[in-house]
Amino acid sequence: MSELIKQISDPVLEIRDLSVSYNKDKSAVTAVSAGIKKNRVTAIMGPSGCGKSTLLRAINRMHDLYPNVETVGDIFLNGEDTADMSTMMLRRKIGMVFQRPNPFPTMSIHDNVIAGYKLNGIRLQKSDKNDIVEKSLRDVALWDEVKDSLIKKGTFLSGGQQQRLCIARALAFKPDVILLDEPTSALDPVATKKVEELLMQLKKDYTIVMVTHNMAQAARISDFSMFMYLGELIEYGKTKDMFIKPIDTRTEEYLTGKFS
Amino acid sequence: MAFAKQISGEGALKRRVVKNRLFAGSVIFFSMLTISPILLIVYKLVAKGYRQINIDFFTKKAPDTYEAMVAVGAGEVIPGGILNGIAGTLYMVFIASLIAIPVGLLIGIFLYDQQSKRYAGVVRDVVDILQGVPSIVLGLIAYFWVVKNITNGFSALAGSTALAIMMMPLIIRSTEETLKMIPETIIEAGFALGVPYHKIILRVLIPSGFSGLLTGILLAISRIIGETAPLMLTALGSMQVNFQIDKPTSAIPLLIWEFYNDPNMVDLIWSSSLLLMMMVLLLNLLSRQIIARRS
Ligand SMILES: Nc1ncnc2c1ncn2[C@@H]1O[C@H](COP(=O)(O)OP(=O)(O)OP(=O)(O)O)[C@@H](O)[C@H]1O
Ligand SMILES: [Mg+2]
Repeated sequence: MSELIKQISDPVLEIRDLSVSYNKDKSAVTAVSAGIKKNRVTAIMGPSGCGKSTLLRAINRMHDLYPNVETVGDIFLNGEDTADMSTMMLRRKIGMVFQRPNPFPTMSIHDNVIAGYKLNGIRLQKSDKNDIVEKSLRDVALWDEVKDSLIKKGTFLSGGQQQRLCIARALAFKPDVILLDEPTSALDPVATKKVEELLMQLKKDYTIVMVTHNMAQAARISDFSMFMYLGELIEYGKTKDMFIKPIDTRTEEYLTGKFS
Repeated sequence: MAFAKQISGEGALKRRVVKNRLFAGSVIFFSMLTISPILLIVYKLVAKGYRQINIDFFTKKAPDTYEAMVAVGAGEVIPGGILNGIAGTLYMVFIASLIAIPVGLLIGIFLYDQQSKRYAGVVRDVVDILQGVPSIVLGLIAYFWVVKNITNGFSALAGSTALAIMMMPLIIRSTEETLKMIPETIIEAGFALGVPYHKIILRVLIPSGFSGLLTGILLAISRIIGETAPLMLTALGSMQVNFQIDKPTSAIPLLIWEFYNDPNMVDLIWSSSLLLMMMVLLLNLLSRQIIARRS
């Protein structure tokens, strides 16, 4: 494991000995260390309940919200300890997209894109606003579909469009990293394909970490893959290598469908 | 064999059709049974009260018993209206809302925010108990607090205080329930953008639940608008249109009670009750409309 972390040169994110527990007796993530490569898609795989979401949510410190969750270990973003950053700064640099599309129901499409600015009380010039909205929506290939209905509520869009709107909302802050937790599991195949294509495009400018249940999806779009089991990071490497020749027998069993 | 089977199949089908009809019939019957009292009430109120409903009814104060007696003796419509009651009801409900809405919303948000905490459970229990306290008792409390100690006499403020205490538990619970119904994913979306908790409550939760909060408030108003007993001990009633907060004040239900006690005024009971009933119905329809629009 540690060899591979060294292998990843200039990582954007560095996770060191991270453990997360929801209650004292049992940890959901145990001593995970890994570097995340810049401008690549990294997939986190593993059976249900193995701690994928827990790991992902530790990266932007979502666990801070819940006082009973205990997190130990360090995460560095571009060499800076994330524990020392304000949550607002951290989450501007690390965006997050959830399993179910969750646009703000009271906001228009336009306002949803710049919701991060609005809700945090960050003032923008009107022209800047429009630029950010257009750029973010273009980045998620939604601009042409919605440019004439920006004042409509975001919740009027289809599920796939809503999910792309949520990605646009994360992009509006121009983050370094985007975390996605099973972003396509609530979408139909056509919408899924669109989001996958989008993520491959986005890695030019962003670093993407994505939890997925779907091995085929990991194989299609990720450059690196992690395999987690019972809270531990069992195997981590280039996706191609892992799928062709997994090192750990548990990884192999998972990839061949022996358990899921 | 095949023939026999077919017949029994048909028989089963017929039985099912009959069963369905019976079921549908009894549903309709019992629905009629439940709404018939409402229909009867409205019919009675309209039939007996319509003669009194005219412009004067809304723009003139209640008549004195002599004027009423003369009119009744001559077989005419009783002169005057119930302006003092309408004004008093609106005024006291307004003041009660000024007290109960902010306090109710705040406590509701607090309960939502502290859901799992012990003391939130205690507050919730207290709110439930308060909701079950008979309104006459709340009137007594307002009497001792406000009439005795603050306004030194029967007053609109005392009436509004009693009404506000009745409204609060309703608003608190509806606020908490409304906020609980907002999906957690929306809240997490806010957190993931680095928005601090209090701003999420103010800028995400409250706008998302706005129609629910409004519905709760309207229903609370419709519940207290016809309250009589607590007002007898606090606002007392008045033959004048009063907007002074420390003076006795009339209200529609108080007037109905007064008309009931005056043989010459009986006709005014029906029209006043009709108006009160319409106000309650309107508030309910309005909140129903809001709920329908939301979903
Ligand atoms: N809020 C919570 N409180 C208590 N335990 C939790 C909580 N969230 C997750 N867990 C537990 O932590 C472990 C890891 O959960 P996690 O959600 O990270 O798994 P996952 O790999 O994302 O699973 P899935 O594929 O089903 O989404 C599980 O055993 C789960 O039961
Ligand atoms: Mg998960």
